Amino acid sequence: MRMFKETSLIFSRQLDRVETLGRYTIVRRYGKMVGLLALLAIAIVFPLVFSNSEETGIALFALIFAAAVTGWNIFSGYTGYISLGHAAYFGTGAYALAIICQVWNVPAGYTPFLFVPVAGLVAAVLAVPVGWIALRVRRHTFVVITIAIFFIFQLLAINLTEQYTTTGSLNLPIPVDWTGDFYNIPFYYASLILLLVAIAISWWVRNSKYGLGLLAIRDDEDRALGLGVKTVPSKLAAFVISAFIVGMAGAIWAYYVFVIYPPTAFDATFDVAFVLMAFLGGVGTISGPILGALLLESTQQYFTSVLTQNGGYYLIAYGALFLAVILLLPRGIIPTLSERWARYQVSRHQSLQEHDAIVTALPTPDGVAENVERKEGINL
Amino acid sequence: MSLLDAQGISKSFGGIHALDTCSISVEQGTITGLIGPNGSGKTTLFNVMTGYERVDSGQVRFKEQAITNAPPDKVFRLGIGRTFQLTRIFPRLTVLENMHVAVQRNSLKGLFSRWSSAHEQKSALELLDFVGLTSLKNLPAGNLSYGQKKLLEFAFVLIAEPQVILLDEPAGGINPTMINYLTERIRTLNQRGVTFLIVEHNMEFVMGLCDKVMVMHRGAKIAEGSPAEVRANPAVLEAYLGD
Repeated sequence: MRMFKETSLIFSRQLDRVETLGRYTIVRRYGKMVGLLALLAIAIVFPLVFSNSEETGIALFALIFAAAVTGWNIFSGYTGYISLGHAAYFGTGAYALAIICQVWNVPAGYTPFLFVPVAGLVAAVLAVPVGWIALRVRRHTFVVITIAIFFIFQLLAINLTEQYTTTGSLNLPIPVDWTGDFYNIPFYYASLILLLVAIAISWWVRNSKYGLGLLAIRDDEDRALGLGVKTVPSKLAAFVISAFIVGMAGAIWAYYVFVIYPPTAFDATFDVAFVLMAFLGGVGTISGPILGALLLESTQQYFTSVLTQNGGYYLIAYGALFLAVILLLPRGIIPTLSERWARYQVSRHQSLQEHDAIVTALPTPDGVAENVERKEGINL
Repeated sequence: MSLLDAQGISKSFGGIHALDTCSISVEQGTITGLIGPNGSGKTTLFNVMTGYERVDSGQVRFKEQAITNAPPDKVFRLGIGRTFQLTRIFPRLTVLENMHVAVQRNSLKGLFSRWSSAHEQKSALELLDFVGLTSLKNLPAGNLSYGQKKLLEFAFVLIAEPQVILLDEPAGGINPTMINYLTERIRTLNQRGVTFLIVEHNMEFVMGLCDKVMVMHRGAKIAEGSPAEVRANPAVLEAYLGD
C-alpha cells in the first residue's frame, strides 16, 4: 500500500533529502518502485497466464476503460469540473479511426493502431471549441452543458456519417490473420500501452506546476486567479488533454468491436461509467480511477458474459453501486484506505516528527480541525 | 510617489452605488489604513483594484500605468497581492502546496517543471517560518484554525513578492496574541519596502500600525490623514455614529 501515499510526499521528500534517511524512508521510496514494477510485470504477463480469449477480452476492456477514466480524471479529477459528457470524445475517437480506415484504406493488422493517436488528436481538436464554450460556466451548469454536448455529438454521428453509411454504423477492418486466442493479444497490449501513456501524462500533470494550478482551481478558482494562475487556458488545456486520451481509448475500442453505431460508440452509460469508476477508486488521485475502472469494468464484463440472458441487470447493479459508493465511500477507495493506513502507522509509530508526512492525512494534532472530513483527497 | 491609485471610481450593483466617484492614492512604502462603516464600499474598492469587479467609470493606476479592469491574474503578476475578508485558501492542498500556487508566473514553463525550483522551495519554507506555520507544512490547509488560515493566506500572497499588499480585515476574528504577531510581521515587511493597504474595523490595530488612514463613507472617501487627525475629524465621527 506504500505506493498509494500522497504525491506531495515526493515533493516534501526532496526537501527532506538533507535529513538522514531512516529505514522507514528507504522502505517507502524503494517499496513503492518495486510495487509498481511488480504491477507492471503482472500486467505484461497476464495474457500469457490467462490466455483464454474470454479472460483477455475482459482484461482488455478493463484496460481501455482504465485509460479513458485516467484521461477523464486529468480534467475532471484535478479541476473539479465534473464532465458527464466525455463519452463524446470516446465516440469521436471511435468514429475518427473508422473513417480514417475507410477513407485511407488502412489494411487490417497492426497498422490501424498507428492511427489511434490521430483519432485521439481529432477528439482533442473537437474538444477545443467545445471546452471553450462549456468552460464559461461552472459547477452544476457545467455538468448539464457537458451532457447536452454529448447528445449533440451522438446526433452528429447519426447525421454526418451519411456519406459512408445509411444507418450511421461503420465497419473497421477485421484482422482475419489473428486467429483463436491470439486475436485479443495485440488489442490487450495496445490498451496496456495506452494506459501507461495515460498514467504518465496524469502523473506528469499532477506533479507539474501546471497541475498544482489545476488543483488550486478545484479548491477555489477565483482565489487561484488572484494568485496569477491563468485559469481559463489551464482548464481548457486539461480538457483537451483529457479528450485526447479518451479519444484514443475510443479508437482502440472501435477497432476491437469492429462495427460501431452511434448509440454504441456514443454511449451515455460510458459517461456514467467514467464518473462512477473515478469516484469508486478516488477522484483526483492518479491510481484511484485506474483501480475503479479495473474493478468495475472487469466485473461488468464478467457479468455480461456470464449472464448473457439477463445482461440488462448490470445496469441496476450499476445504479446500486453508484449509491453505495456515494454513501459509504464518498472519497473513494484509495483516499479512504490510505488515510486508514496513515492512522495505523501513526498509532504504531508515535513519533510524529519522524513521520510528519503521515500526519498529512490526519486532522491537526492540536484539535483545531475545522474540516476534519476531507473529501476527495489528493493522494497518489 | 503614488504607487497605487484609483481615480473617480464608480461602481453600482443594481440601484446601489457601492462606489461613487471614489478616489484614493497609496504612497509607496506606507502602511495605509482604509476604514469606514459597514457597506461603505471598502471591499468593493479592493475588488475593483484587484480586477475582481469591473468599474462603471474611473481609472485604476499602478506605478502610473493604467490597470483598470485588468483580470486578477494580471494584476497579481504586476505586483499587487491581496487577501480576502473571508480567508480564502486551498483547503484540500497541503500548507506547503498552498504556498506554491502563487509561484506560477510563467505558465508555459510551468508545464515542464516540477512544482518549484530550489529557490522557490527555500522561500516557501522561509515564509512559512516567518508566519510560524512550518510545523504544519504537510497538513491539508483546510485543517488549520481560522487564524492559521489567515496567516497562510498572508504568506502565500507574499511568496510572489508583491510590491503592494491589500489586506481585507486581517485582524478580524483572530485573538489578540495573533494580532500582535501579525502587526509585527507587517511592520517587518514594510521595513523591507512592501507597501500595505489595510481594511480593518479593529481601530486599535489600524491606529497603531498605519502611517496614514483614509475614511470611506457611502462609496467615497470623506477624510484622510494621520491616525490622530482622522480620529479628530468631525465628518468621520458623524459617519460612524450616524446622522
